[in-house]
Amino acid sequence: MEIQPILAALRKHRLATLLIALEIALACAVLCNACFLIANRMDAMRVNSGVEEASLATLQISGFDEKQASDVNARMLAGLRTIPGVQSASVLNSIPFGEHRGRVGITTDPEGKQFGGVIELYLGGPGSAEAMGLKLVAGRALQADDYQPFTGVFPSSAPVLMARELAEHLWPGADPLGKVIWVDKWSYRVVGIVDHLATPAPDWAGRSAPGWSAFVPAQPGPSLAGSYLIKAPPADLDRVLRDARALVAKVAPDTVLDQEGSQTIGDLRAQFFQQDRIMAFMLVGVIVALLLVTALGIVGLASFWVQQRRKQIGIRRAIGATRGDILRYFQTENFLIVSGGIGLGMVMAFGLNLALMKFYELPHLPLHYLPIGAAALWTLGQIAVLGPALRAAAVPPVVATRSG
Amino acid sequence: MFAYYLDLALRSLKRNKVLTALMVLAIAVGIGASMTTLTVMHLLSGDPLPGRSDKLFYAQVDDNPLPEKQTEPMDVMTYQSAMDLWSAHQADRQTIIVDSPVKLRAPDTTLPPLMPSMLSTTADFFAMFDVPFRYGGPWRAEDDAARSRVAIISSDLNDKLFGGANSVGRTLRLRETDVRIVGVLAPWRPSPRFYNIAGGRFSGGKTADYYGRPQDVFTPFSSALEINDGNFYQYSCWQLPPSPGHLQNAPCVWLAVWVQLDSPAKVASFRRFLDGYAAQQQALGRIARPQNTRLRNLVEWLDYQGVVPSDVRLQAWLAFGFLAICLFNTIGLLLAKFLRRGGEIGVRRALGASRGAIFQQCLVEAGMIGLLGGLGGLLLTLLGLSLVRRQPVAFADMVHLDARMFALTFALAIATSLLAGLLPALRASRVAPGLQLKTL
Repeated sequence: MEIQPILAALRKHRLATLLIALEIALACAVLCNACFLIANRMDAMRVNSGVEEASLATLQISGFDEKQASDVNARMLAGLRTIPGVQSASVLNSIPFGEHRGRVGITTDPEGKQFGGVIELYLGGPGSAEAMGLKLVAGRALQADDYQPFTGVFPSSAPVLMARELAEHLWPGADPLGKVIWVDKWSYRVVGIVDHLATPAPDWAGRSAPGWSAFVPAQPGPSLAGSYLIKAPPADLDRVLRDARALVAKVAPDTVLDQEGSQTIGDLRAQFFQQDRIMAFMLVGVIVALLLVTALGIVGLASFWVQQRRKQIGIRRAIGATRGDILRYFQTENFLIVSGGIGLGMVMAFGLNLALMKFYELPHLPLHYLPIGAAALWTLGQIAVLGPALRAAAVPPVVATRSG
Repeated sequence: MFAYYLDLALRSLKRNKVLTALMVLAIAVGIGASMTTLTVMHLLSGDPLPGRSDKLFYAQVDDNPLPEKQTEPMDVMTYQSAMDLWSAHQADRQTIIVDSPVKLRAPDTTLPPLMPSMLSTTADFFAMFDVPFRYGGPWRAEDDAARSRVAIISSDLNDKLFGGANSVGRTLRLRETDVRIVGVLAPWRPSPRFYNIAGGRFSGGKTADYYGRPQDVFTPFSSALEINDGNFYQYSCWQLPPSPGHLQNAPCVWLAVWVQLDSPAKVASFRRFLDGYAAQQQALGRIARPQNTRLRNLVEWLDYQGVVPSDVRLQAWLAFGFLAICLFNTIGLLLAKFLRRGGEIGVRRALGASRGAIFQQCLVEAGMIGLLGGLGGLLLTLLGLSLVRRQPVAFADMVHLDARMFALTFALAIATSLLAGLLPALRASRVAPGLQLKTL
């Protein structure tokens, strides 16, 4: 296929060519970045909580006083354990994707000089660490006598299990076992390292990271009450939670059930990422509409060019060009215009990414998005131009002999 | 003449229905997307108290006693700072604000106990923020001093507990204390719920909850400290509070202070007062950075907190990028349409139409497409807004198309189409009459 005559023809339609190329360029920039945003949201939504989500649910109640706390705990735990299918019921203050009640700033020295970051202390009663399904990778598991009663917000000292990500952040390269973290005057000695445990709100933008958490064992009491972790086989979980919600009115009638907070961890996760999911769907919608509008633009302009060139096409056909030649002419023309647009579009995609990085804390656009975007637009262009090009190919040679 | 141009435009649009439909559709989709996001942006970024917001200021003192490196003071204050600033009465009006969950029962009803959010504040709150009352009115300044057991409830709660009847004088039990209702609010839905916003800087742009409903119960701050003792949440602490939820004597920040300053002179004098207070507190050894005070007005405070959710901003940018693509698309199609009629334009030029007349004719046609696109865009905007309303976000119930946005839809559609028509019309008006006539 000769490219020279196509370029010569395009030069006569500089403005229209430029417009289509610009449209393609804009589409390319938006397409690449929108896809990248979708991928980012999907990544965020797949965050690993480190707990056995499928078999866990939480029940949240409030509206009782400190003095009643131990009694409420005892009645609730006993009641929950009578529900058929419940494998374990325990008290846990913070719930992945739910309430965060243990967000504290820690230091690695007793003087409070070496700031370690803002982490989540999961404060749990006996059975909660096992129910969460934390995977111990170093050190020892917690024992019954690690769970001690306490007064105040947190125990003043306790052995803790720490998430690996936090341990690597606090003591890079060193053995974290036996090390101590401090919250003001309170100290927690690391006795075990767990593979992973996410903070309840892994996307919080403070001085924290998604995996910075530790598990503090304690006996339920005034400051550890009303937040329960229930474990049941995944198939029974919804029914168990329904029964548990109904149970509150029976065993602790004077308390208030938090309807929104009492969910399966799976539902809490879905709620937590609802905005991201909506945004991802919206971006998909934008991409579809964008490709549609771009395709329609190509169809419109190509149709116009075909009609404008009917006579020339007739002449070319009369002097020996085959239908295939005509078809390929329009396809090549489209390919050239789209290529020009993509070239500009890649630069624009990069610029748009820089702007997004500035305002939305996005990482760099990975380079492999560019060829994928380009391939998508080339395909779109070829599909869009096919109709008009086929119509052009169908122009009979006899047109050449007609005037007008 | 304009009527004639309209007639010409209509004929031209009817001649090639498919191309016309494509252009109208492109504009409609672009406008629909842009106006949906713009309406949401308009709703979320508007001034919640127009006319008053420049007189309302959010005071900040850096209560941190540790000489850490920190550029901005904490978003809220300790009990001591808040009480000192409030009781000095250096502003035209001043109020302290904190919210806490409280157990609520209505002894006259059979409803199970509720756990609503309670806003504890001072008498000036209602006048400062133009809070509308349905029944009764605010409590008096004496009630603040006397720690009166009084409450004001929202219209939502009044509907729920008392079926919307006048409940002034009736009793509520907040935790273990009986309080008398002195006022019922009329429906009140500020956007955002501006008076107790803190921590927006760390939310990573997920700020939709700032557009939630106001609290259901309002009580005097002094009374609430007793009623709900032990249930207050700190924003942050330098040391752990000795007794959880009891923060009066704890090194914790948890209270917001708003002041009303009616003239620039008063603003300046309050700034001096604030700096003087901070310097005095440093001298007493309570705080470390006295120069780190802030006095932002309402709008500045909302900007600083970044209340507009970043997703909403992103959606607006996307929509306008999309509108730009639709614009290029329409330019291309209009160009094709006008130049296809080169012969007709040539005839009209030969018969005496000036370049200006051709230009105008083309623009009228483009404007007509804009008008049709605007109609389609309006329908798509309404559809888009109904989709937003079905989203589970705090501001969903407030989303609607007001008269200004309705007008803007058409203005934007016609402006877009005229902009799109400019270049093609210019090209069309430069068609040489002779050349076109020859080929006819």
